[in-house]
Amino acid sequence: MEHYISLFVRAVFIENMALAFFLGMCTFIAISKKVETAIGLGIAVIVVQTVTVPANNLIYTYLLRDGALAWAGLPDVDLSFLGLLSYIGVIAAIVQILEMLLDKYVPALYNALGVFLPLITVNCAIMGGTLFMVERDYNLAESTVYGIGSGASWALAIALLAGIREKLKYSDVPDGLQGLGITFITIGLMSLGFMSFSGVQL
Amino acid sequence: MSQPTVKEVLLNPIFHNNPIGLQILGICSALAVTSNLQTAMVMSIALTLVTGFSNLFISMIRSQIPSSIRMIVQMVIIASLVIVVDQLLKAYAFSLSKQLSVFVGLIITNCIVMGRAEAFAMQNPPFLSFMDGIGNGLGYSAMLIALGIVRELFGAGKLFGIEILPLTKDGGWYLPNGLLLLPPSAFFLIGLFIWALRSWKTEQVEEPSFRMAPQVSEQEAY
Repeated sequence: MEHYISLFVRAVFIENMALAFFLGMCTFIAISKKVETAIGLGIAVIVVQTVTVPANNLIYTYLLRDGALAWAGLPDVDLSFLGLLSYIGVIAAIVQILEMLLDKYVPALYNALGVFLPLITVNCAIMGGTLFMVERDYNLAESTVYGIGSGASWALAIALLAGIREKLKYSDVPDGLQGLGITFITIGLMSLGFMSFSGVQL
Repeated sequence: MSQPTVKEVLLNPIFHNNPIGLQILGICSALAVTSNLQTAMVMSIALTLVTGFSNLFISMIRSQIPSSIRMIVQMVIIASLVIVVDQLLKAYAFSLSKQLSVFVGLIITNCIVMGRAEAFAMQNPPFLSFMDGIGNGLGYSAMLIALGIVRELFGAGKLFGIEILPLTKDGGWYLPNGLLLLPPSAFFLIGLFIWALRSWKTEQVEEPSFRMAPQVSEQEAY
C-alpha cells in the first residue's frame, strides 16, 4: 500500500505533468484564463487519464509487448512498433465513449465539461501518461494509481496558473510581454517552486 | 483570399507567424528537449519532416476524406509517420532515441502537425501544403535551436558536446549557470524570446485586458 501512496505523491508533486515534464502545454496556456473553466478541464483530464492509462496498459501487456500474444499461440510476435498508433486510437475512442456516456447518464457534468472533452484527445498529457507507463513498465494496479496521480497533477497545475492569471491581468506589464510572454515567465516561476519537491525522498 | 505563394508559406512562419511565439502551438516538446543542442536539432528535423509529409499526404487525399471522420484519418496518417521516425531513430541513433524518450511519440499530439493539417492541407494543393508544413517546421526549429544554443552554451559551456567556453572546474574561466539546464529556465527563455520578437514586430503585441489610468492629479501620490 505504501508503494502506491508514494507513487501517487510522486506523480502529483515531484513529477508534475505540466510543470516538470511540460506536457499538455498548449491547452495549459490557452485555457487558463478563468479559474472555473480551468477546474472543469482539470477534472475532465483526471477522468480521462484514470481510464486511459490502465486501458492502454492492458493493451500493451496482452497484445503488443514482445511475446504478449503467447495466449493466442504466437509467442514470437512483437507488435510494440504499433504502440503509438493503438494508444492514440484508444485515447480517441475512450474520449468519444466517455462523451456519449456522460451525455446520457450525467448530463450535468457533460454540460459543465462542454467543449473540453473532445479537446482532450490531442492533449499531450494524456498521451504522455501512457508513454511513461510503458517506458517505466508499470503493472495494472500501478498504472491506475499513476493515471489518477498524473491527471491530478495536471489539474492542480492548471488551477493554480488560472488563479495567478486572474490576478495578473490587473498588473502593468511591458507591452512586448503582455499576454503570452508574461504567462511563460509565470509558469517558469511556478515550475521553479515545484522543483523544490524534487528533494523529497520517497 | 488570394492563393499564397511558395515563398510566403515557407518563410512567413519563421518570424511573422511563429508557431511557438505567436500561435502557442507545440510548446511541450520545445521545453523538454532543448537542454542540449543535439536533441533539439534531432527533434526539429523529426518534426519538420513529419509536418511536411503529413501535410503532403493529407492534401493528396483531401477530397476523398469525409469531413465527419477527418480527424481520425489525419491522426492515422500522422501516427504512421511518427512510427517511421521513431523506428528510424531506434535503428540508427539508439542512445539519442533513449534521451528523447517519450517526446518523439508525442509528435503525434503536437498541435502544430494537427493544426497545419486541419488549417492548411485540407484546402490547398499537395506541393503548397508540403511547403507550408516544412515552413512551420522551420519556424518551430528556429525557436528550438535558439533555445538549445543558449541553454547548452551557457548552462554547460558546450555546443554539440564540444567545449566552447572552458569551465572553471577544468581550469578554464567560465563558471556554468546550472539553472539553464533545469526545466524552468526554458520558460524564462521562451518568455524573453517572445518579448524580443514582439519588440521587433510590434503588430504581434496583445492588447492588455486593463489599461492603467494615467495620473490626472498634479499632486504627488502619498
